[in-house]
Amino acid sequence: MAHLLRRATFGPTAEEVDAAERAGPAATLDRLLTPPATDRGAAATPVPTLPPDPYAGLTKDSTREQRQQANAERRKQLQQVTEWWLDRMVAAEDGLTEKLLFFWHGHWATSAQKVKSARLMVSQLETLRRHGRGPLGPLVAAMVRDPALIVWLDGQKNTRKAPNENLARELMELFTLGIGAYSEADVKAGARALTGWVVDRRTGVVRFETKRHDPGEKSILGQSGRFDAEAYAGLLAAQPAAATFVAGRLWFRYAGTETPAPDGLAGADTIATLRAIFSAPAFAQTRGTLVKQPVEWLVGGLRQLGIRPSALPEQQRRQLLAGLNALDQVPLRPPSVGGWPAGSAWLTTSSLQARLRTAGVLAAATAPAVLARLTAAPTAGRPDALARLLVVDGWGARTRAALAPLAGEPRKLLAAGLVSPEYTVS
Amino acid sequence: MDTLTRRRFLLTSGVVGAGALAAGAGAYSLRDLLDTSGDRDPQSRTLVLVTLYGGNDGLNTVIPYGDPAYRAARPELAYPDGEVRRLDDDFGLNPALAGLHQRWSGGGLAIVRGVGYPKPDRSHFRSMDIWHTAQPDRPGNTGWLGRWLDRAGGDPRLAVSFEPALPPLLAGAESAGAAVPVTDRKAAKGLPAATLTAFAAVEAGESAARGRAAACFADLRSVDEMIRQVRDSADPDTADPDGEQASATATGGARTPLDAQLDLVAQCVEAGVSTRVFSVSLGGFDTHADEKQLQAVLLGQLDRALTGFADRMSRTEAGRKVVVAVYSEFGRRVRANASDGTDHGTASDVLLLGAGVRGGWHGSPPSLTDLDDGDLKYTTDFRDVYATLLERVLDTDPGPVLADWRGRVDKLF
Repeated sequence: MAHLLRRATFGPTAEEVDAAERAGPAATLDRLLTPPATDRGAAATPVPTLPPDPYAGLTKDSTREQRQQANAERRKQLQQVTEWWLDRMVAAEDGLTEKLLFFWHGHWATSAQKVKSARLMVSQLETLRRHGRGPLGPLVAAMVRDPALIVWLDGQKNTRKAPNENLARELMELFTLGIGAYSEADVKAGARALTGWVVDRRTGVVRFETKRHDPGEKSILGQSGRFDAEAYAGLLAAQPAAATFVAGRLWFRYAGTETPAPDGLAGADTIATLRAIFSAPAFAQTRGTLVKQPVEWLVGGLRQLGIRPSALPEQQRRQLLAGLNALDQVPLRPPSVGGWPAGSAWLTTSSLQARLRTAGVLAAATAPAVLARLTAAPTAGRPDALARLLVVDGWGARTRAALAPLAGEPRKLLAAGLVSPEYTVS
Repeated sequence: MDTLTRRRFLLTSGVVGAGALAAGAGAYSLRDLLDTSGDRDPQSRTLVLVTLYGGNDGLNTVIPYGDPAYRAARPELAYPDGEVRRLDDDFGLNPALAGLHQRWSGGGLAIVRGVGYPKPDRSHFRSMDIWHTAQPDRPGNTGWLGRWLDRAGGDPRLAVSFEPALPPLLAGAESAGAAVPVTDRKAAKGLPAATLTAFAAVEAGESAARGRAAACFADLRSVDEMIRQVRDSADPDTADPDGEQASATATGGARTPLDAQLDLVAQCVEAGVSTRVFSVSLGGFDTHADEKQLQAVLLGQLDRALTGFADRMSRTEAGRKVVVAVYSEFGRRVRANASDGTDHGTASDVLLLGAGVRGGWHGSPPSLTDLDDGDLKYTTDFRDVYATLLERVLDTDPGPVLADWRGRVDKLF
């Protein structure tokens, strides 16, 4: 049960595991996959309302200072949104949906580094949230018209006169079909289908310009027709390869890289696919093999230690974001359209140093009530109390030997637990 | 599952290697290998591999300005004759490459023409996998320098990257190179050294990933020690890398700049550490739109970092044993798109400088008119370059690393 909760959400607390044990496996899975009618945590962390894009006020005659100021304002808005999202991940009661949103964000890997607008990034997250649990068709159809994705992959520069292949290629390679399921000719024809969509950078709105669109006949994946963006998205989403590919990507993130995805995971919608993944016999065998992504590691730790990032002093909030930066996974800033790495790529000497520093910040910020649960145990029993707190199934002899000398120093014990192999690899 | 091979490699690089590493982590003690600087053969060379991520536009780097087809294919993007830094009557360098141009004049820059591989793949990820693994038919789970490391004993300190995540090229089947952060190399405060040592122990029956997590503690100790020695022995007059770092991160949390990575390489080389391969990188070359200025900015960074490094290396005995090789996963389409950019292409040039490198042209330039679906046809197989580097810089028989590849770049050294 703890295994299911660890994978389906960002990191369960001991109480959540207890409740799940009482409810039993079937009811727990149902409850995870069916969002509660109200989510007090999400309600307490509403999406920030952002002022208009600072660039909207700029004109050709704006001075250098005005541009710099607009840039600074944009960076501030992005920082605000990043901090909000981290806080939401910690606060939300519906942990499955929050983690699924992070999955889709990494899947459609759009970076604020190029998009630059906090409003567009937020609006993409809303789109992913709206369609993320459902079938693939509406999701793909919405994403080919998503302003942030269009800016990220040069869609607004894709015109009838000179198609720009960037979006069409990644749409097939990374978002729907996977490499090998299409040809170079499909990329060229797909780019023509996507022509015509432009983003107004001032208002952040997408619109279709007929003059830029190529209405001609196209042959894509063996089908001919006057494909436009919507028809092309529909064609892609309907490919059996797409359902299999996306199910494989979900397996990759939720079950890991060591065990190949079993056949037949793809369901009618994402929630059905997740149900198939969590119910697969192979899923149970992946315990102890999945390297937590830095965001999963951090958010899980924050939840288990009773820390709300928004309640921390600014300096500590910055330290948390600096930790994610050093670990190379900052939300809204995937390194490339290929998304973040996985598995042992996160286990380097460099990332260990960053985890050690960040674990120190977490241990220092741990709520006294949570710390008291550790210190309530007799010294010899504290490593076990720590395992319960961090929802680790148990410590091996190596980690026991490392933890035992720290039992008298609860905050150091916490930090050591957070960097332990048993916690880092779930 | 075949469609996932590409991503799986990129995203899980090191998984296979890490499993083997974890299994063997107890077989050799990294602590025993501390302070290997004295063990190094002073005659041995060092390879610094510079990866330009995103697909650098080779035709606007080494510019075929004498060929009318160049200007015809990309009228807006092409550099006028007067701006090109002339190498000869046909080719010139991008205006941003002033320092490299100067080195060329002194015979210190080699350019291998039209490097690529058969059946080019225009996916960044697949193509980068191919360059990292040197397995164009079917990229596997090990990088070419990782396989070299396996044969060189597997000490992670032999192959070091100053990037936060390990680049796939340094992942071997049984070992993996070390990813060392440029920022904040201070030993972790808070947890006692004894705790870190205890975490490094091998736990029987553990998953490969957990084994790798424990092995990181062992690697951290040895790499930390090495870097500390470097910093202690560094000339106090040289720039403080931490100071440089502060301004770099303050400008927006970007990745470590190339010059800071190379600065640390320089310190390591001068201190005579055991590392034989350094991997550094610069990203952002995916210039689908408004390419000209963007590429010039990036090439300017590359030029300053490379020439600064090369100048510094020329001043010491150890530095004069360093070879630098610069490549990208592919060049870009010959014809510009309407966004004043170029889409993904194929073959491009590899630049080399340093110890024993014979300056000038190597290989033949691809034709701008005899194209493969709009892209250049490669003239030199990239494995020729790798094999030559393995043989001449790392003193290794390339056969076992490169599946018995026979080709070489003649007279490169």
